[in-house]
Amino acid sequence: MMIPLADLVTILPELIVVSAACLLLVLDPITPSNKKDLLAWMSVATLGVCFVVTAGSMGDRVFAFSDLVVVDGYASFWKLLLYVVSAMTILLSIGYLKEERIDLAEFYGFVLLSLTGMMIMVSGADLLVIYLGIELMSISLYIMAGFKRFEAKSIESSAKYFILGAFSSGLLLYGISLIFGATGSTRLVEIAAAVDARGLDDSMILIALMLVIVGFGFKVAAVPFHMWTPDVYQGAPTSVTAFMAVASKAASFGAFLRVMLEGFGGMKPNWSGLILGVCILTLILGNLVAIVQTNVKRMLAYSSIAHAGYALIGLVVAGWVGTEAGVSAKGVSSMMLYLAVYSFMTLGAFSIVAILRRGGEEGEDLDDFTGLAKRHKGAAFLMLLFMVSLAGIPPTAGFIGKFYLFMAAVNAGLTWLAVVGLIFAAVSAFYYLRVVMVMYMREPSPDQEGETRLALSPTAFVVLALAAAGVILFGLYPWPLVSLTATAALP
Amino acid sequence: MATFVFLYFAAVIVMAASLVVLVRNPIYSALSLLVMFFHVAGLYVTLHAEFLAAIQIIVYAGAILVLYLFVVMLLNVKREEQFNRQGPVALFLGVVLLTEAVLLTVSRGFTVGAPEPGREGAAVGNTESIGEVLYSTYLFPFEIASLILLVAMIGAVILSKKGIMESK
Repeated sequence: MMIPLADLVTILPELIVVSAACLLLVLDPITPSNKKDLLAWMSVATLGVCFVVTAGSMGDRVFAFSDLVVVDGYASFWKLLLYVVSAMTILLSIGYLKEERIDLAEFYGFVLLSLTGMMIMVSGADLLVIYLGIELMSISLYIMAGFKRFEAKSIESSAKYFILGAFSSGLLLYGISLIFGATGSTRLVEIAAAVDARGLDDSMILIALMLVIVGFGFKVAAVPFHMWTPDVYQGAPTSVTAFMAVASKAASFGAFLRVMLEGFGGMKPNWSGLILGVCILTLILGNLVAIVQTNVKRMLAYSSIAHAGYALIGLVVAGWVGTEAGVSAKGVSSMMLYLAVYSFMTLGAFSIVAILRRGGEEGEDLDDFTGLAKRHKGAAFLMLLFMVSLAGIPPTAGFIGKFYLFMAAVNAGLTWLAVVGLIFAAVSAFYYLRVVMVMYMREPSPDQEGETRLALSPTAFVVLALAAAGVILFGLYPWPLVSLTATAALP
Repeated sequence: MATFVFLYFAAVIVMAASLVVLVRNPIYSALSLLVMFFHVAGLYVTLHAEFLAAIQIIVYAGAILVLYLFVVMLLNVKREEQFNRQGPVALFLGVVLLTEAVLLTVSRGFTVGAPEPGREGAAVGNTESIGEVLYSTYLFPFEIASLILLVAMIGAVILSKKGIMESK
């Protein structure tokens, strides 16, 4: 049997990433230990090539492998974002892994394999393919979370993530199997046709829909499926946490949106209310619990839950009954925009946590940030920038992201939801600006055991520069990104 | 006859599955699991899914269960402590969800979509047609599954091999 060449060309980026990952794993044992950085650079170069390939073929909608895979503008947008985020994670990790003494080149292999899973998720046109993509991504992440295997916290993070992740995969799979039972197919197009034919009141599809939402809700860390997030994010190595908080969330949202709109587009009245509830709960709990955190990593974990809540506003708008096609597409595109800017600011904030060190450990306590402005002006300023952006204060990118989301909600007649979002954005400013306050207003306490220092490697510097540039650039001149998301959005 | 066979298998599956969680001795749990796996396989045979039945016995009863037993025997679990105190909450939620599912099913009816017509299944045999589909239509998911196995394998080495971190 022959695989058509056209199919292989369609998934060329995936093939490149997988080949690079395998090549890296083979090259690792034969590379002398002082040249291991080359392998990381090879991964970054691979991502650069993929970026060019994907950007070059952007726009056309192509199906491959008997309609199981679709490559369209929407998938390409997420892939481009994922390349950037993965490359930044790798660059951040080069110095960070050495500092933590876990510099194994396999790490980069796992980043690439996890990325493959994410790419498969966002361009899956079939629930089976999307599920396998999720598994590939998650299993790589479980391993990466436990990379500091001599540290109990990291092992705990890995084990918790694995057990709860496997459980949620089970629920998702149960939903998929019910859908297969009810419609006779796992392809999104055929599911949509069956939903249209069978109407909204089919109890089997309703139960399946619920299970699918729970499965994805877990992956994007929406309340009430968020329980794993704080412990996992806190225990995992910081560069892995950044990767999980940004890349896996973006990919999960990408797949979630496609499944809801292309598979269950005919059932919008059934799910938009459900998502609305999840969205509001997520906003409330994520923001309120973040206030009482004294560990910055944990605070950022709750903040990432809260940001999932904001992003869900986009999905609610896209599914709200009675909105015109143009408005619901606005919901999709504003969510894509939001996740793009969220990626830059969150990666930046986690990078600061990763390079700030006290003794042999990470400076992840709020106390470690006390008086940071006195000792490391640059780092404190960048942290200020990321915190301000996460809080959504102009002229940063975080403001632009929230602005477009709330505008979409208002256009859809959901003004009250925009107001709720705004209130919780104000609440979130409290805990973000507390970090700023601690850095700038407090003197470094003299009784601190061991000075904090910055482990700033040149590559980490590049990551910080990129993240800061993204936050400022998209804050002042967002139009390229806005028009990109508008053209790439699902109708 | 078919109904009777189904009822027999279904009843034994439910009983054996309950025993798995109710019995205190983990060895007995594992053995009731074995009984359950065999009866699930029987259920597959009545559905003319011979391939699935064989896989069920080879993979689950053969490999996975033996793994369970090994772990149970190696760890020598004797303690009978209960760590969870969520019993009442779980019971309450379980009853609520069960009532909901039953009500939904009774009020709306539970219709099953038309299965894809029998196709070559009858002509070429079960296993063969699965292989056919797996390597043509579903080639892509099949390859992803192989990647997942690769990741799991490397991950197991990374997380358990002694001396790879210290040698640096």
